[in-house]
Amino acid sequence: MGDIIGNYDILGAFWVTIQLSVLSALGSLVIGTVLAVFRVSPVRVLRALGAFYVNVLRNTPLTLLMVFSILGMSIILGLQLSQDQARDSYWWAVIMLSVYHAAFVCEAIRSGVNTIPAGQAEAARSIGLTFGQSMREVLLPQAFRGAIAPLGSTLIALIKNTTVAAVILGTAEAAGLLAQITENEGASLPTFFLFALGFVILTLPIGLAVTSLSRRLAVKR
Amino acid sequence: MKSTRIGLVAAAAVLALTASACGSDDGGEGSGGDGIKIGIKFDQPGLGLKKGSDYAGMDVDVAKYVAKQLGHEEGDIQWVQAPSAQRENLLSTGQVDMIVATYSITDERKEKVGFAGPYFVAGQDLLVRADDSSITGPDSLDGKKLCSVTGSTSAQKVKDEVAGVNLREFGTYSECVTALVSGGVDALTTDDTILAGYAAQDQYKGKLKVVGQPFSQENYGIGLKKGDTATCQKVTDAINKMITDGDWQKIVDANLGPAGYKPPAGNPPTPDACS
Repeated sequence: MGDIIGNYDILGAFWVTIQLSVLSALGSLVIGTVLAVFRVSPVRVLRALGAFYVNVLRNTPLTLLMVFSILGMSIILGLQLSQDQARDSYWWAVIMLSVYHAAFVCEAIRSGVNTIPAGQAEAARSIGLTFGQSMREVLLPQAFRGAIAPLGSTLIALIKNTTVAAVILGTAEAAGLLAQITENEGASLPTFFLFALGFVILTLPIGLAVTSLSRRLAVKR
Repeated sequence: MKSTRIGLVAAAAVLALTASACGSDDGGEGSGGDGIKIGIKFDQPGLGLKKGSDYAGMDVDVAKYVAKQLGHEEGDIQWVQAPSAQRENLLSTGQVDMIVATYSITDERKEKVGFAGPYFVAGQDLLVRADDSSITGPDSLDGKKLCSVTGSTSAQKVKDEVAGVNLREFGTYSECVTALVSGGVDALTTDDTILAGYAAQDQYKGKLKVVGQPFSQENYGIGLKKGDTATCQKVTDAINKMITDGDWQKIVDANLGPAGYKPPAGNPPTPDACS
């Protein structure tokens, strides 16, 4: 056990996992928020577009998206993000994690919007705010507060889903390194538990923080 | 309230961990009588490939031969899938009696399992497109895009061997082959036996070629339970017999010959003594 920790850069691999998580969390939050606005907007085309995106991305396996990004986008369509193949895979992994989880973020925020009584949106529009203004000033701030718990669950799922990126990313990230250790040293339960522990350390504080935040920031009605 | 919540989280975590710990517990039936359970690869053309209910490849034929020498008829063999990551566990838990699955003999593995053999010496090589003459070996990989499987021995070896290698890692070799055929990568590296198997597949015939400059030595052994010297001796005798009476050559020619593959130097090998 000690020599496994000594011989392999486990912390480095988890650092890449953290990088992937943070970058894709930001990416998915931005895309997801835009999608949520689409889905509650008064324009029918935008609503349909948002619903289409969510239904397609949410129902596609992430492994498939990952492999498609390299075999389809990067290699066949030639959309290479870097001349270095490892970097190319890295950025495609960030993009695919972002667009995939954006669907879940969108639904979390939309559920947050739905917790706001319809009267508030009507009141905002009747005092002359545009759709954009009422979204920015009235609805989204409350929606985010109401959506903290489901957003937290999505973030935890995202952190664990970074392991799926191992199918294109090689040994840079935790699950890929685990594959390499298994190849060299044979599969052993202690190594599995070590990696499982790593993910528990990453995700458990988030779960606890989200629970207390959602209680503290809940909109008092 | 809070403590129940933490308790629930802990319970869920424990449940998830135990569930993953005992996930692969199949193939328990039919273990009585004269049956023998042999672990092979199910997904490697030319070596161990499952097609419907039939199994074909060099490893499959070697396993059949050895099983016959041990007194088991072909019908008594129960084939078990042995993915690389599970081979040691399959042997140590007794889910299989032996493993013939491109299993390289290494010192790390010898600490966990026993080996008979080698029955074949393979080497790490490069697979390139048939019309590509710019890659002649590991020295001509400058600026070339390379592909291998995540965490595999071959991927690690090529990282050490070629400085600044531009390596793409996928989950399976099939994805690398797809990328190679479509021009996304310039070469795929792993054992030459595996490469020959892909080059000989119908859909790739004439499109791919093995470079033929092996830059490592992989001694394929038959994995056995650690410490079982008696079985090891019997299996070693069977391998010796297979090599001396010409069946070895027949098996190699039948399975790897179609790709124009010639076994590298050191073949046929002399099996090591059992310890």
